[in-house]
Formats: sequence, structure tokens, C-alpha cells
Amino acid sequence: MKLLIVGCGRVGSAIASRMAADGHDVSVIDDDPEALARLPEDWPGRFVQGHALDLEVLIDAGIETADACVVATDGDNTNIVIAQVAQKRFHCPCVVTRILDPARAAFYSSLGLQTVCATSAAIETTTQAICATPGRAG
Amino acid sequence: MYILIAGGGKVGSNLASTLLKMGHEVTLLDNDRNRYAVLESRFEHVARYGDATELFVLERAGVERADLVVAVTGDDEDNIIVCQVAKEKYGVEKSIARVNDPRNQPHFDMVGINLTVSATATILALIEHELPEHQLVKLLDLHRENLEIVEFAIEAGSPAAGRSVRDLNLPNKSRLISVTRDGRAEIAIGDTELRPGDLVMAILEPGAEDELKRVLMAVPA
Repeated sequence: MKLLIVGCGRVGSAIASRMAADGHDVSVIDDDPEALARLPEDWPGRFVQGHALDLEVLIDAGIETADACVVATDGDNTNIVIAQVAQKRFHCPCVVTRILDPARAAFYSSLGLQTVCATSAAIETTTQAICATPGRAG
Repeated sequence: MYILIAGGGKVGSNLASTLLKMGHEVTLLDNDRNRYAVLESRFEHVARYGDATELFVLERAGVERADLVVAVTGDDEDNIIVCQVAKEKYGVEKSIARVNDPRNQPHFDMVGINLTVSATATILALIEHELPEHQLVKLLDLHRENLEIVEFAIEAGSPAAGRSVRDLNLPNKSRLISVTRDGRAEIAIGDTELRPGDLVMAILEPGAEDELKRVLMAVPA
């Protein structure tokens, strides 16, 4: 599978490393050239330095032929716009977008984006952990 | 009208003060603490602190009853999100967005933000309009109607020079509007003859430019 990952931070680089290790063809975009250091030393995929709102950068990184695209930069609004470009303009069959704000994640998921909200997951897990303990009374 | 403005820089704050003078109700949102302090001393309750891309901030600012949302922050992604959310989630009919980097224009178009303002694009169009031998220049975009109005000069080598409008093989998706000769404009009718030096205005559907150019403009040597 051909995979494009936008944003090479903790999330993006970890997904890139895992998918490349599983034998997938992975291409990564980040506007910070230093972000390459987050990938393994023997990184087998591509690394394109640039801003992913720039259509030429997206095309250079292979958006037109990618089977899936992960959008995980550190900006919610940037991610939302890039994800819509990947989906609507380039018709990428699978676009997964990281959105930290639960409200925007819910709204854009209702518009048809596949969103992942780590904040909602953290809220859920933390609340469950607290509720699962009997407290001092138990 | 109730107008919500996202971004309290020079553009946003000057818009707010003009709109207030015109008698409109305005809320001006900014999420920079220092800038907000200045805005609050100038606009009092009209200024509100908050990130206009946060849904609860928009809701507390009364986005649902806004007649118009204006997104003029310095960040194009933020401007896109503000307008898209206002329209798609809160049903605000009209929005105007500022395009800071003209390369982002296609992204605004893609999500359906019809009214955009870009300083770079405006200045470029003005410069082209001022050039004596300009080619086809876009004067006006009628987004809602999916039409545009363009202007071009008839050059000596143009295949249309010396022919009347009726005899031109114009693309179906275009019509000539007017012909300006020696500073005087006349409505273009079938009998109007085109001469070198004429400035012609045309209305067309986007995409018909190249076909129109073939009929009216000289092939570059």
C-alpha cells in the first residue's frame, strides 16, 4: 500500500515507522527538515520538506497515487484543510485526520472526514480509570 | 445587520469601527491577549477574547444569529475554518474571507467560500489593467452566477480585427458586452466592427477563456 503521512511529529513519525517496517511504501511531509531525525536511521521511504498546503509539495510526495493519507501536523485547522484537499481535490480513498479539539473533530466527522481525536480518548480513559476505583471508602 | 469579525488586526479593527458608525451590530474576536487589551479599550464590549475557530467561542459570540461572518486573521487555515464552520454548522448565509497567501486561493474555493479578498491578487489585477498592451484581464468574478467579466485589447494581428461581432465564431459560453474606442464605450451588437486598438469587455463562463482568446487575440509570434 502507498501511504502519505503529513506531519512528522510523535504521531506521524511513529505511524510512518511502523507502516514502513510492515513493508508499505511510505512518504512523509514536514515543513521542518529536522523532523527527518524522528524517523529511523535506515528510513526506506521518502521525506519531502515543505508545507502540505502547497499543492506542488503534495503532488511531489505522491498524493495523486497514495492509497491512504494520514494528516497529523500540530495544527487542527491546518489538518482540517489539508485533509479536505486530499479528499476532495485528489480523491484519496482513505484520509485519516488528527484533530485535538473534540468539538471540531465531531463536526468535521459529520461532514465526512475520518477524524481521530486523542483528547476525547484521553478524557474517556481517564474518567473510566477514576470511576473504576472504589476510592478511600473501598 | 449583525456582523461577526474574526481577527482584530488593522483590517478587522478598521472594519469594526466603520461598520459600527454605519449602525451595524458588531463583535470583534481576537485570541491574542495583548491585542485584545488594546481592542477592548477602544471597542469595549464589542471586542471579545477568544479563538474564533473554537466552536464554543463562536457560539458565545452569537454566530447563530449572525448575518455575516468576516474572517480576516493573518492565518489562511483559520480563515477557511471560521467561514466553513459558520456556513456548514451554524447556517450563516454570507461570509467574507481574507486570503493572505494567494497560493491558498484554491483551498478557499474548494470549501465553497465565494467571497475572498486577496491584496496580492487585487494589486496584480490593477497592474495588468494599467498596462497599455494587456492581454485578457479578469475584471470581475461573479461566483454565485458562475460567470466572469474580462477585458482585452484587439491587436493589429488579431483574427477579429476588421470583422463584425456577428461574424466572429465566439464560443457558446461567452458574449461580448462592450467595445471601447478612443475612450468611448458602446454596447457590442451584431453590427459592431472590431478594430485594432479597441478594448473589448466580455462575459463568459469560467473555462471558456482559452477558446475566446483563440478567436479574438493575435497568436504570439
